[in-house]
Amino acid sequence: MTSAFEYAPAPESRSVVDIAPSYGLFIDGEFTDAADGKVFKTVSPSSEEVLSEIAQASEADVDRAVKAARRAFGAWSALPGAERAKYLFRIARIIQERSRELAVLETLDNGKPIRETRDADLPLVAAHFFYYAGWADKLDHAGFGSSPKPLGVAGQVIPWNFPLLMLAWKIAPALATGNTVVLKPAETTPLSALFFADVCRQAGLPRGVVNILPGYGDAGAALVAHPDVNKVAFTGSTAVGKAIAKTVAGTRKKLTLELGGKGANIVFDDAPIDQAVEGIVNGIFFNQGQVCCAGSRLLVQESIQEELLESLKRRLSTLRLGDPLDKNTDIGAINSEEQLTRITSLVEQGEAEGAERWSPACELPDAGYWFAPTLFTNVTQAHTVARDEIFGPVLSVLTFRTPDEAVAKANNTPYGLSAGVWTEKGSRILAVANKLRAGVVWSNTFNKFDPTSPFGGYKESGFGREGGRHGLEAYLDV
Amino acid sequence: MPTNAPTAAPALTDVTASDAALRRFLHGLPGVDAVGLEARAATLGTRSIKTTAKAYAIDLAISMVDLTTLEGADTPGKVRALGAKAVRPDPTDRTAPATAAVCVYPDMVAVAKEAVAGSAVKVASVATAFPAGRAALDVKLADVRDAVAAGADEVDMVIDRGAFLAGRYMKVYDEIVAVRETCGTAARLKVIFETGELSTYDNIRRASWLGMLAGADFIKTSTGKVAVNATPANTLLMLEAVRDFRAQTGVQVGVKPAGGIRTSKDAIKFLVLVNETAGEDWLDNHWFRFGASSLLNDLLMQRQKLATGRYSGPDYVTVD
Repeated sequence: MTSAFEYAPAPESRSVVDIAPSYGLFIDGEFTDAADGKVFKTVSPSSEEVLSEIAQASEADVDRAVKAARRAFGAWSALPGAERAKYLFRIARIIQERSRELAVLETLDNGKPIRETRDADLPLVAAHFFYYAGWADKLDHAGFGSSPKPLGVAGQVIPWNFPLLMLAWKIAPALATGNTVVLKPAETTPLSALFFADVCRQAGLPRGVVNILPGYGDAGAALVAHPDVNKVAFTGSTAVGKAIAKTVAGTRKKLTLELGGKGANIVFDDAPIDQAVEGIVNGIFFNQGQVCCAGSRLLVQESIQEELLESLKRRLSTLRLGDPLDKNTDIGAINSEEQLTRITSLVEQGEAEGAERWSPACELPDAGYWFAPTLFTNVTQAHTVARDEIFGPVLSVLTFRTPDEAVAKANNTPYGLSAGVWTEKGSRILAVANKLRAGVVWSNTFNKFDPTSPFGGYKESGFGREGGRHGLEAYLDV
Repeated sequence: MPTNAPTAAPALTDVTASDAALRRFLHGLPGVDAVGLEARAATLGTRSIKTTAKAYAIDLAISMVDLTTLEGADTPGKVRALGAKAVRPDPTDRTAPATAAVCVYPDMVAVAKEAVAGSAVKVASVATAFPAGRAALDVKLADVRDAVAAGADEVDMVIDRGAFLAGRYMKVYDEIVAVRETCGTAARLKVIFETGELSTYDNIRRASWLGMLAGADFIKTSTGKVAVNATPANTLLMLEAVRDFRAQTGVQVGVKPAGGIRTSKDAIKFLVLVNETAGEDWLDNHWFRFGASSLLNDLLMQRQKLATGRYSGPDYVTVD
C-alpha cells in the first residue's frame, strides 16, 4: 500500500435492480406497446451501455392515456380524501422499501452518483408522497375554500435531472387532490418512471389514475395540446416552457412552469468561510450542476475573494469524479451527449470572451459523458457564462463591494429561481433576502429541499409553486 | 520533518502583542456555521472504505494510538502491561504496528519509559494539573518539569478553560508559552482544549488558533474526562485550523482527537476527515493521534478479521 490514503473502489451492487430488455407504455394499469410500434433506447451515461428498449409514445398513445385518465377520474375524485391518502401512504412505503433498487436504477439511467440518489433523491421522493398523503383528507382546511375540487386530468412533463423526484413533485399533489395523471418522463431517463408504474400496481392503485408515457418532445407537445387535459405542469427548459405557454394560452387549462435558473450565491466578508465553500460546492456541483436552482453565479465580496477562491480550489481538488455506482463518487456523468456538447460549447465561449478557466487535475473516464468541475474567474455580468444557464458543473465567479451592489448583480438576470446569502450577520440575511427576486433564498446553506417548502420561480424561471400547502393550489379549482 | 520552534510563528507575532490585539485577532477569525460543519462531517462519514484501503487505514490508526491509562488506581504493573502492549499490540501477529505512544500521569513516566525502552513508542504524560487545570501556574510548571525530568517525550497540557471563557485569552496564551518553554526541546507539547466545556464551535476555532500561536505542537480536543469529547465535527474544525495555520505561517501542527473513539469504523471516519481536510501530510503519527484505550482492541480484531476472513472475539486480543 502506498503512503497516501487511496480509497479502494466501493461499488454498489447492480444485482438489486432487474432491468428488463424492453418496456412498454403504462396506460390504464397495463404495459402496452406504442400504437405505431416505435421504440427508443435508453443508455447509461457513465458507460454508454444500452440499458433497455422503451416504447415511444406518439399522439395516438397520448389520446389513449388521456382517455384512460378521464375514465378513472370520476371514481378517483369521488373517493374520500382519507381513502386516497391510504394509496399515497402505501406508495410512499413501497418506495422506502424499494429505495435501494430505485437508487441504483436512477444512478444507472441518469449518471448521478449513488451517494446522491441514496441520500438525497430517494428519501425526498418518499417524503413527498408521505407529505401529500397527509394533505389528502385535509383539503378543506388548506385555505382554498370549504371543499375545493380537483381539476380533472393533469398532463405532466418532467426533465431528466431528477427523474423520480420530479415525478414525485408532480404526481403526489395531483393524486392527493383527486386528479388523475398522464406523465411524460424525459427520453434519456424513462426507467424510474416505469418502475414507479410498477409501484402503483403494487400499491393497488386503481387503473388509469396514473399513466406513464415515455417519449420525445412530440409526445410532450401532444399531451400539452390535448383538449381533454385540464391542467399542465412542466419542469424543464425556458424555451420549451415558452412554447407550452403559447399552446395553452386561450384555453381553460391551468398551467404551472418551473424553468431554468442562474442562481446567485452571495458570500459576504463575514461569512463562515469553510461552510460557505461547502455550500458553493453543493450549490453548483450537486448532480453535476444539472440543477435548475444551482448556485451557478458566485458573488464574492472583493475583500475575501482571494482567500475564498484559494479555499474553493483546494476543496475542488478533493472532489472524486468517476463511476457513479461507487459510493465514494462525488461527481458522476453528464446525462447525455447532447448536454455535454452544450456545456462544452458554452465553456469554450466563456474562454473566448476572456473569462479565466480553471479545473482541478482530474482524470476523465474513457467511455461515457464527462465534464470536469470548472471555475471561471474574472467574470463580469457581460459574459455569456454569467448570463446563460449552462446546466453543468461550471461556476462563474463575480465580485462585489457593497450589499447593494450584490443585490443589484444577483437580480440582474432574466431568471429568478434561487439565491444564497452567506454571512454571520442575521440582520443582513433578512435585509438581503428580502431584496432578492428569487423563489427560494437559502441562507448559510444551499440546495436544501423539503416537501413542506414551496418551490418555484420569478421571471423566466416560470410561475406557480410546487411543494408545501402552496403546491396544492395548482391542482385545485380555487 | 519540520517541528515547531518554541516561540510563536513570526508572521503572526503582532497579534500576541497585547491582550486587545489577541482578542481582535481571535474574534476576527471566520465564524463557524454549526449546521454546515456537522453536515460536512456527516457526509465524510459516509465514505465507504473497503479492502486494501481498510487494511491500510487500520494499520495507520493503530500506529496513531496514544494508548492511555489515566486512572487514580494506576500501578507500575498496570503501566508496564500497557507499555508491553504498545510495543507489540498483537502477540499473535508481529506484523501489527506498534502504537504511537503510551500516555500516563507524570509519576508513572519513568515506569512507562522503561516499559517501552528500545522501541519507537513514545511516552506522553498529562501534566498541568490534569484534567481540571485548576492550579497555580507554578504548580502546573512543576508538574511539567517532573514529567520531562522523568523522560516524557510528549506533554499533554490542559488549558485554563475558566480564563478562556472569561475572555482572558492572554492568560491562556501566557500559560501555554510558559509550558512550552518548560518542555524545551525534550518534549513535544499537546494542548488540550476540553472542547465539551468550550461549548461553541467559534470557541473551538479560537482556542485552536490561540494554542498554535502559543507554540503548540499538537492541538487536542479533550481529556476524555467529560461528557462530550472528540466528535467528527470538532475534529474537522481543528483540522481546518491546522491547515489554515500552516498556509499562513508555514508551521505544521498536529491534531489529536481524544475520548469516545471506540471502534475501527469511527477511527477510519476520522482518517477520512484528515485525508480530505488537512490532507495526506497529516496522515502520519507525527501529526495525528488518537487518544484512546479501548479503540486499539477493536482495531486489532478488525485486523485479524481482514487477515483470516473470520471474526475472532475479545479473548483473541489482550486485555491490558
